[in-house]
Amino acid sequence: MTEISEVKLPGLGVRYEFTTQEGKRVGLVSHRSGYKELYFADPDDRDAFKRVLGLSDKDARTLAELLGGSRVTEELAELQHQIEGLAIDWLPLRDDSPYVGHTIGDARIRSRTGVSVVAVLRGDQAIPAPGPELGLQQGDYLVVVGTTRGIEGVVELLHRG
Amino acid sequence: MHTASVLLELGGVIVGLAVLARLAGRLGIPTIPLYLTVGLAFGRGGILPLITTEEFVEIGAEIGLILLLFMLGLEYTARELLATLRIQAPTGVLDFVLNFSPGVIAGLLLGWSLVACVVLGGVTYVSSSGIIAKLLHDFGRIGNRETPIILSVLVIEDLAMAIYLPILAALLIGGSTLVGLGTALAAIVSVIVVLALALKVDVRLSRMIFSHSDEALLLTILGLTLLMAGLAELFQISAAVAALLVGIMLSGPAAEGARALLSPLRDLFAAIFFAFVGFSLDPSEIPPVLGTAIALGAISAVTKYATGWWSAGKSGVGPKGRARAGATLIARGEFSIAVAGLAVASDVEPDLGPLAVTYVFLLAVIGPIAARLAEPIADRLLAASHARNPETIEEITPNPETIEEIT
Repeated sequence: MTEISEVKLPGLGVRYEFTTQEGKRVGLVSHRSGYKELYFADPDDRDAFKRVLGLSDKDARTLAELLGGSRVTEELAELQHQIEGLAIDWLPLRDDSPYVGHTIGDARIRSRTGVSVVAVLRGDQAIPAPGPELGLQQGDYLVVVGTTRGIEGVVELLHRG
Repeated sequence: MHTASVLLELGGVIVGLAVLARLAGRLGIPTIPLYLTVGLAFGRGGILPLITTEEFVEIGAEIGLILLLFMLGLEYTARELLATLRIQAPTGVLDFVLNFSPGVIAGLLLGWSLVACVVLGGVTYVSSSGIIAKLLHDFGRIGNRETPIILSVLVIEDLAMAIYLPILAALLIGGSTLVGLGTALAAIVSVIVVLALALKVDVRLSRMIFSHSDEALLLTILGLTLLMAGLAELFQISAAVAALLVGIMLSGPAAEGARALLSPLRDLFAAIFFAFVGFSLDPSEIPPVLGTAIALGAISAVTKYATGWWSAGKSGVGPKGRARAGATLIARGEFSIAVAGLAVASDVEPDLGPLAVTYVFLLAVIGPIAARLAEPIADRLLAASHARNPETIEEITPNPETIEEIT
């Protein structure tokens, strides 16, 4: 997979850059608001990038879907193929969940359903292998691994407590 | 009769500012120098001095200063400030040394007091994040590789302001005596405590303040900011510093909301603030300091350019990008005026106000022009050096082997 360089744009968001197989350099500015801008490098000046497209949050998701899903999706899908019976899903932590403001440990997910939380996605950030002391926030996504039945149990648990 | 004249004067000033804002848009220059000019024209010794609205304008200007610094703090979270500081500390040090010293040295050469020198250092040090953000946007340079470096410089200056302003406020009150230094130390400690606190509570605090009603959110944030500013003033820490810290402490949805809701208010009151700084000066004080302002402007334009050139080079940006980074950072504006405004209010040096205003006027106009011309000039120079020495151009094109691939 291509290497993506990532730099913070303080006050704006994050800037990503990568080089395509054809040798074209592509820049992407992800604004804090979720707005995204796509840039191509100027062939005469390696540091100047011309804006080609602005995408709202929704547009970006549409485009990503058309282009074949995100890297994370692909990798997870591949893993799921490799192990029979293993289910991977990511579950949103809804505003009304009783665990907003509590830690992962409080939810006792593994002891109650056998499912592991392998990562927490928070905004643009991913927290891999979270410990039981990690606090959950509204809008978090929990990436969980286990059996299909176990994951259904987690959905129920996150919703009802 | 009194109400009528207040409204007429205030309306006149705001219409004047509006005309200038349009003119600035047409000419493609920042509004700050024009607002300063309108202040000069209507102020003490100007063509049409204001009489009845002075009190309102004074309070409006104070709110403008508070909102300017609050919005500056809002731009970045405490986390971003510290993360940037960790990566870009050498840039921050260079920026400070190169751009604070011209002001201090000029002050010393003019035979000013230590406090006045520290003020002038602040005026020459801090770039205008308002003008620069607009330049990056207008010239379509947000996606460029030098842009993160330009923004890092602004972030570190923001953090430096959080330390510098309380010191300045303490010096202005206590003079350069032991008492003044003690107050300054206390102010710095409280700033550090607040920043550490911000790292701990930013999410919770912001969630507490956030409201889905725009009206409630606007009133909450404006009210809290003014309250904190007032408290700080009571303890002689300076309202501006408190506003900056409140801005830094807010993050997430509350900060996003505040940015959208308070921007128009900031624009209005900041315009009044710039005009007010102009009001407090007599136009006849400008010509005697013009030569000094031009010299100081030229020197500190070069030192800022060097800061950008060096920092961008360190991050592997090519000559054209380095030229753009340097030239973009030249613009000084709202914060230089804010620093000078604090000093003018406490009357440390009669020439300080006129010098700072003239200086900012020059660099706010020259900065954007330099940022625009940096590209064609760099092209010329590169072409010339290419003609002389054909190998140099090779360094500019990226080497395909450096593009790493992980499969």
